[in-house]
Amino acid sequence: MRKKLGLIVNPIAGMGGSVGLKGTDGEEILRKARQLGAAPTAHTRAVEALRELSALKGSIELFTYPHDMGEEEAKECSFNPVVIGSIQRGKTSAADTKNAAREMLTRGVDLLLFAGGDGTARDIYEAVGDRLPVIGVPAGVKIHSGVFAINPRTAGQLAVSYLRGEVATSEAEVMDIDEEAFRQNRISARLYGYLKIPHDEQLVQNVKVGSVPGEHESMQAIAWEVIDNMQDDYLYIIGPGTTTKAIMKELQLSYTLLGVDVIQQKQPVALDANEARLLELIEGKKAKIIVSVIGGQGYIFGRGNQQISPRVIRKVGKDNIIIVATESKIAALKGMPLLVDTGDREVDEMLKGYSKMVTGYGRSAVYRVA
Amino acid sequence: MSEAGLRRYHANVWEEPIIMQMGSEGERGIAIPHAEKEIQKTVGSAQSYIPARMKRRRDAALPQVSQPHVLRHYLRLSQQTLGMALNIDIGMGTCTMKYSPQVNEELLRLPQFADLHPFQDEDTVQGILQIMYEFSRFMCEISGMDEFTFQPGGGAHGIYTNACMIKKYHDVNGELKQRDEIISTIFSHPADAACPATADFKVVSLYPDPETGLPDVEALKAAVSKRTAGLMITNPEDTGIFNPMIDEFVNIIHEAGGLCAYDQANSNALFGIARARESGFDMCHFNIHKAFSSPHGCMGPACGSVGTKKEIADYLPVPIVTFDGSRYHLDYDRKHSIGKVRCFFGNIETILRAYAWVMGMGPDDLRQVSETSIINTNYLIKKMSSVQGVTMAYPKQARRLDQVRFSLEKLKEDTGVTTDDVARRMIDFGVQEYFTSHHPWIVPEPFLPEPCDTYSREDIDYWVEVIRHVCQEAYKNPEIVKSAPHNHAITKINRQDLDDPDRYAMTWRAYVRKSKGKGRK
Repeated sequence: MRKKLGLIVNPIAGMGGSVGLKGTDGEEILRKARQLGAAPTAHTRAVEALRELSALKGSIELFTYPHDMGEEEAKECSFNPVVIGSIQRGKTSAADTKNAAREMLTRGVDLLLFAGGDGTARDIYEAVGDRLPVIGVPAGVKIHSGVFAINPRTAGQLAVSYLRGEVATSEAEVMDIDEEAFRQNRISARLYGYLKIPHDEQLVQNVKVGSVPGEHESMQAIAWEVIDNMQDDYLYIIGPGTTTKAIMKELQLSYTLLGVDVIQQKQPVALDANEARLLELIEGKKAKIIVSVIGGQGYIFGRGNQQISPRVIRKVGKDNIIIVATESKIAALKGMPLLVDTGDREVDEMLKGYSKMVTGYGRSAVYRVA
Repeated sequence: MSEAGLRRYHANVWEEPIIMQMGSEGERGIAIPHAEKEIQKTVGSAQSYIPARMKRRRDAALPQVSQPHVLRHYLRLSQQTLGMALNIDIGMGTCTMKYSPQVNEELLRLPQFADLHPFQDEDTVQGILQIMYEFSRFMCEISGMDEFTFQPGGGAHGIYTNACMIKKYHDVNGELKQRDEIISTIFSHPADAACPATADFKVVSLYPDPETGLPDVEALKAAVSKRTAGLMITNPEDTGIFNPMIDEFVNIIHEAGGLCAYDQANSNALFGIARARESGFDMCHFNIHKAFSSPHGCMGPACGSVGTKKEIADYLPVPIVTFDGSRYHLDYDRKHSIGKVRCFFGNIETILRAYAWVMGMGPDDLRQVSETSIINTNYLIKKMSSVQGVTMAYPKQARRLDQVRFSLEKLKEDTGVTTDDVARRMIDFGVQEYFTSHHPWIVPEPFLPEPCDTYSREDIDYWVEVIRHVCQEAYKNPEIVKSAPHNHAITKINRQDLDDPDRYAMTWRAYVRKSKGKGRK
């Protein structure tokens, strides 16, 4: 059977960037961007990615949305796409992206290629969750999510590998920052969820090293290490993310993927706790914080886990922070340090220096935090 | 020769089945005659001699194949490989694919050696004991250590032996409970982490500085504690870069109360140039099947020779070969010995070959081995610098020694062709697939050539030209590279199966079980 590829272009993605508007979410900003003479970049980037797929032209079926949401890009690359849905050209919005993603899911596409930024990734996540593997072609202003390829060509190549059945999937973060706050130079990032992406295991995998564990096994090994060393008199504050929540999975506890959960003696104490609840829980108690590296840029605090606030961190103490990360996550940092941005300069300073990370069962690494 | 001056290679394609799929029920290579009636009556059946609890319930599922078919099978398989003696084996960095002088094989076939038995009394094996003792003296001179054992059967086994000695040392000192961590670096050979882990240590890894590629001394200071049992480290690391701070690394560990073990598997660039002793190490190991010319033997008979300073020599595996001025002895009297790590004395054939090799070289030529190896590496770097798509990791760092880690990240970004693709395509020009690098890929899309002293300038030129040609193809016609190899005994395989625990199989039984869909899950 022919593989089905979905294509969604967010035609306005990236327009805010060139004119210094730090994003293009919302009608008002879009108008402002156009007034300032912003030009769309999503079109060329989508075309660049799609060209990489030309070798598959005869063997895949391409589904896309009308006009500048994919149809034009597909035709420019000589594809003969199945065009679904309807939009008003030049007046597309988040709702169109969501509708398109939903329809692609109903049509049973094998992979969804989309061009946009964090906002687009969020829309797609809200529409289809993890029911459909996606690849983001980076075309937006904000690219904090882990669902984007490093450039359009790589996105296209990864799509080819996936459609040929050469790579498996894994989860990647959908992150977005509050644009309004960003415009005022405050970064307030949130972790919205996880999309399924084709995972290029090459970063860590090597065929000749037969025993190299995959991402799933690595997380499991980290979980076992943490669990084996748990002490009954400590509360464990477990931050968001797939690596940290592997601990909850191994303990067969329910958890919130994006929230901060608290356990003691391997039993649940609180789910999705906010700062106030955390402070209340640790009052007069010994506690440890378990966090992972969020968002591919190396943040361990201040991105997606703001509930673990400077006050919480101070109370728990630096020595009681357990950082967990798979070797592939560390390799993806390319030697760049781990980052902290708690919003409290003193706490940030306290966290800087060298920290030990749990990387596997009985395995750890000493790594710089800056 | 093709237009690029490269050989047009093509392997024999036999589509040879796995031996378990060959033959038929009852087919035999040898029809073993039955014992005569009288003998049967007197001694009973052979089976009656096997204790009941050791008897198999079911017959072993052995292949049933006739002799000519077996011979044909294995000759065909041998024709489907690109071995060391067939190709320019520069691509296997960290392996030191050195020529093994064929004349040394004659020594192994001499009855005086081939007919030795490990149960012989030491009085009757003075000759081989002399060779072992004298070779241990060579190794002491090369490393600065005081005593050696040749018992471990390979490199990782040597590292494991060192890990066991570190463990015993802290045990004897009553500190083992407290000292449960071994520190290593991520660019050390992975066995420097895996072996201590097997010996029940926890392992702390240090990551390299992104500019220099060297492990960060500040990170080491942050890593040491009262839990530190020791340091197990490679130098030059698997990047070919020598860590000039190695003395300080050793000092920091010693001050914290740990021992330091030097992984010298990659010692080919250091003969007569640098020694474990001068860096302060307590113990080290060498792969006799690498820098000392004995063949690797495909996971077969190898030797990870382990040397220690005299302060640690009591912990070595027994027996140690000693000399009292007139006779050679097997010394079992080592107070804290970790015991045996292998039966008998090790793979002595590797020692005999290496002994002959060192005797043939002498000290000056040994140093020349290293100098040639370093010159070859840097010549290769120079040649490679003009290849489009290839970059060298840590370009600002000083000279490489025995090997060099390159990256094809640029090629992948430009063309979508990965390092695995390039490695497979090389085969089409008669050069075996290269070794990308150990895991994890800190350097993206890596490859790691080691043009040791064996290779001539023409060999290095050819090898670089193959890389150049394949990279040019990647820019012009990436599909031909991605779908390679085209001229080999097998074509491109789906690597996902190799990584999937539900699919890969180390044994025929596992293959049958998993292919019937009764995998894990």
